[in-house]
Amino acid sequence: MRSARNRELIALVPVALLLTAGFTAVFAQEQTQLDNLSLIYGAYFFAVCLATHLYLRVRLPRADPYLFPLVALLTAFGLVMIYRIDDGLARDQANWFVLGLVLFALTIQLLRDYEVLERYRYTIAAVGLLLLLAPRVPGIGQQVNGAYLGVKIGPIAFQPAEFSKIAIVVFLASYLREHREVLIVGARRVLGVTLPPLKHFGPMLVVWGAAMFMLVFIRDLGSSLMFFAAFLALLYVATARFSFVAIGMAMFLAGAWFFASTVPHVQARVEIWLDPYNEPENAGYQILQSIFAQADGGLFGQGFAQGLITIPGTDTPLLPAAQTDTIYSLIVNELGLFGACGVILIYLLIAARGFKIALLANDGFSKLLATGLTAVFAFQAFVIIGGVTRVIPLTGVTLPFISYGGSSIVANFVLTALLLLVSDRARREADRPGGRGLAMGAT
Amino acid sequence: MNRQIVKLFAFFVALFAVLVGFTSYWSVFEADALREEEANSRPLLEQQQIPRGRILTADGEVIARSVPKGTGTALRYVRRYPDGPLYGHPIGYSFVREGDTEFEQFHNDELVGEGSEFSSILDEFLDRDQEGNDVVTNLDSAAQRVALDGLEATGFGSVVAIEPKTGWVRVMASKPSYDPNRIPTELERLNANDLEAPLVDRATQGQYPPGSTFKVVTAAAALESGAIDADTTFAAPSPMTFETKPLANDFYQSFGPIGLATALTNSVNTWFGQLGEKVGNETLFEQMERFGFNSKPPIDIPADALSTSGVFEGEDLLRAGDPVDLARVAIGQERLLVTPLQNAMVAAAIANGGKLMRPQIWSRVVDPDGRVTDSLDPSEYRQAVSEETAEELTIAMEDVVSEGTGTAAAITGVAVAGKTGTAETPGNESCAGVADPNQAWFIGFAPAEDPEIAIAVTVECTEQFGGTAAAPIFRDVAEALLGSGE
Repeated sequence: MRSARNRELIALVPVALLLTAGFTAVFAQEQTQLDNLSLIYGAYFFAVCLATHLYLRVRLPRADPYLFPLVALLTAFGLVMIYRIDDGLARDQANWFVLGLVLFALTIQLLRDYEVLERYRYTIAAVGLLLLLAPRVPGIGQQVNGAYLGVKIGPIAFQPAEFSKIAIVVFLASYLREHREVLIVGARRVLGVTLPPLKHFGPMLVVWGAAMFMLVFIRDLGSSLMFFAAFLALLYVATARFSFVAIGMAMFLAGAWFFASTVPHVQARVEIWLDPYNEPENAGYQILQSIFAQADGGLFGQGFAQGLITIPGTDTPLLPAAQTDTIYSLIVNELGLFGACGVILIYLLIAARGFKIALLANDGFSKLLATGLTAVFAFQAFVIIGGVTRVIPLTGVTLPFISYGGSSIVANFVLTALLLLVSDRARREADRPGGRGLAMGAT
Repeated sequence: MNRQIVKLFAFFVALFAVLVGFTSYWSVFEADALREEEANSRPLLEQQQIPRGRILTADGEVIARSVPKGTGTALRYVRRYPDGPLYGHPIGYSFVREGDTEFEQFHNDELVGEGSEFSSILDEFLDRDQEGNDVVTNLDSAAQRVALDGLEATGFGSVVAIEPKTGWVRVMASKPSYDPNRIPTELERLNANDLEAPLVDRATQGQYPPGSTFKVVTAAAALESGAIDADTTFAAPSPMTFETKPLANDFYQSFGPIGLATALTNSVNTWFGQLGEKVGNETLFEQMERFGFNSKPPIDIPADALSTSGVFEGEDLLRAGDPVDLARVAIGQERLLVTPLQNAMVAAAIANGGKLMRPQIWSRVVDPDGRVTDSLDPSEYRQAVSEETAEELTIAMEDVVSEGTGTAAAITGVAVAGKTGTAETPGNESCAGVADPNQAWFIGFAPAEDPEIAIAVTVECTEQFGGTAAAPIFRDVAEALLGSGE
């Protein structure tokens, strides 16, 4: 549909202008005289977005018009923030942005009939789990801040959990599409609680086990939380049984509580969360500095590039991991509560578009796939923003599209591509005479 | 499934609302409290990026200035004190990690250019960089040097010089001092030095037995209350018994009936002991309070760096009506403790016809464009004594310098009024190695007929007396100030 792509094109213009303005603001802060570099950056950015847009125009003409501009907006925002922290990092990020778009296009190219994914669901699940395990494999695994997040094979280093989340969502969507009815029909009420049939309870235990495994073995608390939450969201949407979610949550909390009281590193995270002032110079430093940075932001913030990241004149970080974990705190610091609300609003809009795609989708797999991808994306944003604002213990996941990190940006572009694929299919079928009526019946 | 998807979205709206709530909590509602947290170095680091204004003496010498280090976002300003220990007190220091003290702390808002609420909002919108203001003090560089040099020769101690008519603090010296430039590296060592306590501003925090200088206060109470007049005489044998203990005069000298001037000139203990009992507890305490005792001095130094003067029972101040050995309070003994600043205020009040002005170190605030944005308006703190009483006291104090214990304070061609004091301080642990340590004092003002300067000098741990250890410093400082062409 032409008008959808036209809307997308029009929406990309302000995004490119925003990037230009953001760079201008950073340059204005760091140099006394302005040059036209920000215009050049803006033009590059717009050209890359335009190319992507033209590709979408050809391949997915009916796909959701707002998703890509919203994602581009977050990327633009992230590029400016990272540039303001370190221009070298921003160059990396820009390269990854382009690489992300290449993989975005490849995904669309190769998975036009994305239901093939269903056929390989166990392979995909296995790949997803292997990816999670990889950081603990000697020789290629890397430990970052106590968590086993990274893999390095030759010159290529990446964080497999970012890709693994897509694989696991694909598997769950496919598995639940097939078993949802059995799960609903076979459910029994025991002591007033609706339990899923035992035979199909297995996968739930497997996923729960995987989450606990990540919590303890890979020490990736954030991803563990995010995976399990996305699983529960999918389970709820697939079965309409809130009691399943409640049981899952209870299991997760029980497991988390058990490990929080027995495994030292989990325990430490929780203790820092509850009382960061206990060790303000060591364990509590990051979360305290994150909060202090926000306190300096106020309503309007200190302005782009005007916040403190290191202690002036030294390399001692004042806001540790400003380009990754605590980038949201830096946003609050420099753009204030209003700027931060803007960022949260963009994530919410993306979630809204994602769920809209799920609503419009015709078949169960598409619905669950769109729901799962959207949920895991939104949970990721919640886990890290919630972490740096002390809603939950701080764990190291990236803020999607904004944080520095190649794996994160590339994986999230693949995730976006899948959503657009679902969207294009749904709208194409809706536009066919009678197609919509069939879809409603299947819901 | 659609209903569940919509519900799931609603759940995310709620989750994100929680994020907005927490962000608001930290960035707005709790922001002020967080900025006060000890672990939070941001407020100080931000201040460090503001070029803090200079502090200057009245004669234009730079006491403190900020020099830039680094460039770009690493740019910060570090405080420099060109004269090192000379103004360590009362200016204090200002560093990011070590914080700020004394004058630097008290005048922080002016020095960092913290304007009114309105102007700072305006600055934010106009994106003007905050810049500090210069603060010009009333301190006189030459006299401050003379004061510290004088103390150097004698030991620990303090000199405070106040212009009586305005309350301008011209000299405030404390020995031993410290070099504020070295605070970032030496603060711990300086703090640990309990014996010399170089970080204690003796001028405002040192509490010393005032000795005979307090006889001026007793005399003021007596004249004010009408207990005596200038012509009243009575005998002062030595020793006499007060509160069952004997009290003697110097060299056990007994005096026949003498008046105030003679008694003050010779610092006759038994005369003033009797006078204290004549005046009575209530009247003496009331007079002390009119001079500023029993409350912190109204000076531009943070309250935690100020000590109160008065009669102490341990940590507690005694007030009118509390049982004290009145005769011994009257001669500056008992549990009486006085700061050099307070004693300078006594001298300044008498010098200014009884009117005690608020002592102030600052004189004016000059913004980066050179405009004077604020200047000190001298104000009266208390009417300590009547003009007549002040006049009678001046006459008696002139005799002290011209023919009594304070002749070493005399200045050629200038009439000086003053009073010596010597308190034995056998228990002072700082005075290790001194056989019979005294607290030597001199308070006074000059020229007596139209005073331009009132000064209190005290020397710790000296074997000498007020007239020999403190009076010469008074003379030198007064000469420096009178010569500087007021």
